[in-house]
Amino acid sequence: MAIRRKTGYEEWATRYRAGKRAPKEAASTMSGVPVNPLYTPEDLADWSYDRQLGYPGEYPFTRGVYPSMYRGQLWTIRQFAGYGTAEETNRRYKFLLSQGQAGLSVAFDMPTLMGYDSDDPLSRGEVGHCGVAIDSLEDMETLFSGIELDQITTSMTINSPAAILYAMYVAVGEKQGHAPRTLGGTLQNDILKEYIAQKEYIFPPEPSMRLVVDTIVFAAKNMPRWNAVSISGYHIREAGSTAVQELAFTLADGMAYVEASMAAGLDVDDFAPRLSFFFDSHIDFFEEIAKFRAARRLWARIMRDKYGAKDPKSWMLRFHTQTAGVSLTRQQVENNVSRTAYEAMAAVLGGTNSLHTNSMDEVLALPTERAAQIALRTQQVLAHETGVTNTIDPLAGSYFLENLTDEMERGAQRYFDRIEEQGGVLRCIENGFFQREIADAAFEFERKLEANERIIVGVNAYQEGEGAEVPTLRIGPETEQAQVHKLKALKSRRDNTTVINRLQDLKVMARGSDNVMPALLDCVRAYVTEGEIMAAFKEVFGVYREPILF
Amino acid sequence: MPAEVATKPGAAADRHKHPRVLTAKVGLDGHDRGVKVVSRALRDAGVEVIYAGLRQTPEMVVEAAIQEDVDAIGVSLHSGAHMTLIPRILELLKARDAADIVVFGGGIIPPDDAKELKQLGVVEIFGPGTSLQTIIDFVNKGFKAA
Repeated sequence: MAIRRKTGYEEWATRYRAGKRAPKEAASTMSGVPVNPLYTPEDLADWSYDRQLGYPGEYPFTRGVYPSMYRGQLWTIRQFAGYGTAEETNRRYKFLLSQGQAGLSVAFDMPTLMGYDSDDPLSRGEVGHCGVAIDSLEDMETLFSGIELDQITTSMTINSPAAILYAMYVAVGEKQGHAPRTLGGTLQNDILKEYIAQKEYIFPPEPSMRLVVDTIVFAAKNMPRWNAVSISGYHIREAGSTAVQELAFTLADGMAYVEASMAAGLDVDDFAPRLSFFFDSHIDFFEEIAKFRAARRLWARIMRDKYGAKDPKSWMLRFHTQTAGVSLTRQQVENNVSRTAYEAMAAVLGGTNSLHTNSMDEVLALPTERAAQIALRTQQVLAHETGVTNTIDPLAGSYFLENLTDEMERGAQRYFDRIEEQGGVLRCIENGFFQREIADAAFEFERKLEANERIIVGVNAYQEGEGAEVPTLRIGPETEQAQVHKLKALKSRRDNTTVINRLQDLKVMARGSDNVMPALLDCVRAYVTEGEIMAAFKEVFGVYREPILF
Repeated sequence: MPAEVATKPGAAADRHKHPRVLTAKVGLDGHDRGVKVVSRALRDAGVEVIYAGLRQTPEMVVEAAIQEDVDAIGVSLHSGAHMTLIPRILELLKARDAADIVVFGGGIIPPDDAKELKQLGVVEIFGPGTSLQTIIDFVNKGFKAA
């Protein structure tokens, strides 16, 4: 049997090479993994169904974390949105919920992400531009006005100041009469990838990790439906990494959070079931599917074997996916709809738990309502028309895909070893290892593009000149003026003695080693602003400067 | 500082044997993939590149540009603050009598805004998908708008 197959392969290979249409010399994935023109059972010689795959909802979860996957429940369509003031974004949320979206995902503006109030000189020109401006609990109340927080789940994309926005969300829940345990959602809160890729760090790594651990502990004790961290590869990938680097660096970050939380005294099974992940879905279709499947398998093994987790929920890697912003092109903007659709399909074939599809015009500005609508509909077409939801992990057993899944896993393992050799994730941040690996990969990508070794339609092939103009969303200066005005009114209206006292208490807590969440909750309830809280933290923790390299 | 720096500012090509460019991320966002790739490509093409890093204010950028005696400033923004921060750089350069320093940019900048910025004195805005060779040629051939 084996001999016959080999002969068949060789006969085919001879015909392949001798054919009139001379085959291309070599091909590889975006990560540089060599890809053969054909795969056969021989490529899975040492492969075992039970060891590599198992059944959906069972260890090692390669085929999905739930037994019924999309047969039981569709992935959550979760479109990231936010712009201008809390009033404007609140209107967009109500619209999105009325259109069939199941969960909210908050985009904050740059000042909020970097911990500055809207009236800070450094916020000039940035207020409300790439997300919603939130300065205090008052804005947060407006953002969720008329939306009952126990009826939805909310994802908040924020990192350095994450604990503050988390406290605000809990406080809005209280005001609406919903106890913390009834609130469900996700805080991105992944500070490690900020140093590695997105660069929205503020404090040095160690106090930053302490804040993350405080939120993990608070959620573990009070909020069973809350994911305190969304360990993110998305930003690593968008910064230019390969798929293998995205997979490896993200899981390495995950291990660092697990170790820090265990060092804080938590049992691994007390928090691991609520760790969630966030990946990019790029344009290399099969490599992405393989990456998602490998991620689940790797994490299950790491949690069970390395950290001794006993609860099967601790072994499950649940993840959100966003299609690749960097794959969109300014040229022939409408083509971005098809890119996004392929990327979304890869995420679904890879078993994503929730999904954001980018709007075609995001390469130019924040999306218009029309473009955002098409992006939402792209997911609905995928979910209800294409039939991809009918069979769980439908590509399992493909000689090619299983081979590539194993290859992703091996590539990640090589990086884990290199990170470990250098002394772990924090050391690799400080010595610039991650940053250098990513910058090199980003440069290599551009080089291939320049050399036409990689084709992007409309960019280095099939160009059409500048093409038609597309309408873009504009945020006028009135947003900033309105927000600054609102903040000024709040500061004169609130009890400023309480504000001073709460900030003093917070600094005392920050200097000690107890959990800062209760003191943070007291601050936000007294309408202490985000900028004021961050200033207090900076006084205690200091600020971080990264090594500059390119 | 290179010995061939002329005392009197003149056309970029006269001042330095190789063009000197300050690159910087202006504003609060940290998306540095583009600026790093462009900086490296320019350096590999023989340009003297000084990358100032993240979160540079217009004041910091102009100060560094004058201190480093550069021919041009290349700024990258992805946060939407370009219509506030880039005009401010132009203003400060004028105020410091350094308006001969060329300003160009890139990032997420809508076409209409790019047009407006060019009217204000920015020489070129390179949007996503611009080839590196285009930017290298721009810098090595005297910073002329396409």
